[in-house]
Amino acid sequence: MMRKVILASLLLTAACTTTNAPPPPPASVAAAPAPKPFPSTYKAYPGVTTVIRGATIYDGAGHRIDNGQIRLENGKVAEIGTTVSVPAGATVIEANGRYVTPGIIDIHSHLGVYPSPGVDANSDGNEATAPARPEVWSEHSIWPQDPGFTRALAGGVTSLHILPGSANLFGGRGVTVKNVLGRTAQDMKFPDAPMSLKMACGENPKRVYGSRNQMPSTRMGNIAVDRQTWADATAYKRRWDDYNKRVAAGTAKPSDMPRRELGNETLMGVLNGEILVQNHCYRADEMANTIAMSNEFGYKVTTFHHAVEAYKIADLLKANGICSAMWADWWGFKMESYDGIRENVALVQNAGACAIVHSDDANGIQRLNQEAAKAAAAGKRAGINIPPEVIWEWVSLNPAKGLGIADKTGSLEVGKMADVVLWNGDPLSVYSRPEKVWIDGAVMFDTSDPKRRPMTDFELGQPGMGDVK
Amino acid sequence: MKLFRTAAAVAALLVAAAPLSAETIAITGGRVATVANPEPLDGATVVIRDGRIVAVGKGVAVPAGARVIDATGKWVTPGLIAGNSMLGLYEVDAVDETNDTEARKSPWSAAIDVSSGLNARATPVSVARLGGVTRAAVQPDTGNSIFGGQGALITLAAGEDILLRPRAFQFIELGEDGARKAGGSRPAAWLELRNALQEAERYARNPAAYTDGRDREALVTRLDAAALVSVVDGRVPLMVHVERASDILNVLRLPKEFPKVRLILLGAREGWTVADQIAAAKVPVITMALMDLPDAFETLASTRSNAGRLVAAGVLVGLGMTTDGTGNQPRNLPQQAGNAVAQGRLPGAVGLTPAQALAAMTRSNARIFGMDDVGTLEAGKAADVVVWDGDPLELSSAPTSVIIGGVVQPTVSRQTMLRDRYLNLQHDQLPLAYPR
Repeated sequence: MMRKVILASLLLTAACTTTNAPPPPPASVAAAPAPKPFPSTYKAYPGVTTVIRGATIYDGAGHRIDNGQIRLENGKVAEIGTTVSVPAGATVIEANGRYVTPGIIDIHSHLGVYPSPGVDANSDGNEATAPARPEVWSEHSIWPQDPGFTRALAGGVTSLHILPGSANLFGGRGVTVKNVLGRTAQDMKFPDAPMSLKMACGENPKRVYGSRNQMPSTRMGNIAVDRQTWADATAYKRRWDDYNKRVAAGTAKPSDMPRRELGNETLMGVLNGEILVQNHCYRADEMANTIAMSNEFGYKVTTFHHAVEAYKIADLLKANGICSAMWADWWGFKMESYDGIRENVALVQNAGACAIVHSDDANGIQRLNQEAAKAAAAGKRAGINIPPEVIWEWVSLNPAKGLGIADKTGSLEVGKMADVVLWNGDPLSVYSRPEKVWIDGAVMFDTSDPKRRPMTDFELGQPGMGDVK
Repeated sequence: MKLFRTAAAVAALLVAAAPLSAETIAITGGRVATVANPEPLDGATVVIRDGRIVAVGKGVAVPAGARVIDATGKWVTPGLIAGNSMLGLYEVDAVDETNDTEARKSPWSAAIDVSSGLNARATPVSVARLGGVTRAAVQPDTGNSIFGGQGALITLAAGEDILLRPRAFQFIELGEDGARKAGGSRPAAWLELRNALQEAERYARNPAAYTDGRDREALVTRLDAAALVSVVDGRVPLMVHVERASDILNVLRLPKEFPKVRLILLGAREGWTVADQIAAAKVPVITMALMDLPDAFETLASTRSNAGRLVAAGVLVGLGMTTDGTGNQPRNLPQQAGNAVAQGRLPGAVGLTPAQALAAMTRSNARIFGMDDVGTLEAGKAADVVVWDGDPLELSSAPTSVIIGGVVQPTVSRQTMLRDRYLNLQHDQLPLAYPR
């Protein structure tokens, strides 16, 4: 009996170093650690070994290969360069100067949680019942029949991060999905991608709760609620750390296990560095406040989302190693977006900080390549020349970094997932569209093959069913 | 250098505040898309005098003393016309104090005339101008009824007076939004529309007796009824926002009851499914080229082929619906147009040719609103001309000169000043708030 307990506590200790969700079962239960809840059930679809030749390749990691070749095999990028070997039986596509890129990754989407049609019954993106709702998970709101997924796919999006909205300071957990329609959200979950915590600065939380005469109603109220929430989470973490130590020492009783608090569990995951903070924040001064707060409580902001004023503090963002996810040109729709400029992305890039182009929009996600092109063009006119192969990082490798999946996808490097787009022209041109999209090596979209174009249940039998869209 | 540039920018803004004068201008050597003809003219010259285009073509002589704009390697097009916008009615969309697009608590609706809300100095106007937009239709939004009120046509020329034509159209919501505004159903919205138009007819017959013997439930304020007289007598078009095919067809039937009503359809995302009927009714459409989601039950058939299919059916289509600072800004009209061209290159889809796409944001909108003096580059037209550093539909391109009414416009906005201030973040001698 004693030995079993020790073994169990060793296993638990090991588990605790790698994951904090869920907390370990009582020490007396001599079982393997509980599986992660809601695990990914995504399975790559079958593909064939495919070689694309004669392509202009932007590899997503800052390199360009003219007249390049790439081989996709067993769902992975098997080889890339000026020549690759062609195994017997491989499908060969002559690109004839067309372009190949890694699939686009959108780090900020609400597809599925604010789906089409946007009726109240489908509006599941904001649990706006208290300013701190870290216990909710966006994946539990995702409606996998949102037609928006199919439109994003037609725009070359192969992975996306689905976040709760910004009504709350702590909006809940976000989830990364592969853009492959499934019957369930779990079917779409990107295997082994870290979860995120959506946080929000600024106008939205203070407006939502201020209008109800609740805290927060000001920006100082935002920070105060944030800090108290982090302080409480720190105390919660201390209880668990203490308990886990006693489990490791074999001195814990089953009834010693602290009560699980799902909200604090999320926050503890952040404090333990396992859950990434995706922070909606427009204004430069508020991003700086947020950085200071993260230093106080010992967590890291991975990416500031919307970051309309990132250009004002690009040096600070670089120094803190924080990515900025930005629109190309949205501005002025609300006060905190008033100082948006088209050069924002290029200025962040130019400062050596991590720049990402995001959508936050079911339409914008369909052409993130075009948004990147506009942002780069504005930079060029301001004297900042960024080559296309670097521009492409804004929509592939940098968002992959911001999501903690850059070791798996986001660039066309050997061994990474074969998430690939073949474009019918220069993807930074307004005239170009994806021709074929591979996800994990399987053709999931093909403009010339209606059998390779998905259609959601919702659209069956509706006007326009099966249209090219 | 930075100081010099920002000082120059301020000077340019000051100039903009003073009346600018029309010069004699020759734009030389460019690829000139006149829009009057589908094919652009290479190496052509556009001559502008006294605010008008006086000559367009190859081998046109440059008048003595003309200011020459060298457009070699560049494109020259008519100024863009936003077929639908709220330019000049707001500074920051979500800051109510700056937003005059709607009046939810007003007792009036159809009578509301946006022209008194226009602010020539609104930043969105200068931002759109830098994007090559030279004129726009400005639409009031609906408050507590299906009637938004009377829209205006504006110029985006720098200066204090941007109003070109007040009361240029009446705007109404039908479909889902209209149903909501009317109390909860489409039939209620139609009742509100029919009643108001009938009241306008009654008002027109005898204004002095308008309030006699009225049915209280049919109440339309005197001012609203008076404003709708120009709709029922056909002097002013009725712009109707609808998306669903059945709503479009109902709107097309309206002239059976009110024969002089002239219609403009706004949105019409399912228009392609009834394109022949729209064409037969000779009703123009103002829409967007990039909407393809069934984001409402009234837009189930949404496709980016809508504009192309409507044009193919013979419908006059203008691009617009550019109402805020997010995805559909007026300065992004060329992106919409370019995507309409891209759409035509996909198997099974229908797009626009480059010439049609350019026309959809110039000549077509001019025709829809009866602005006969603009929309093409032809002798005699008002000189609203844009010089682009590349293909105007391409994402990498931007205007290098914007000329409105023969006046070269400033090249600065609040946004360019923010950019210049933060181009380099050095502030060891003074805070960044000092140089300008």
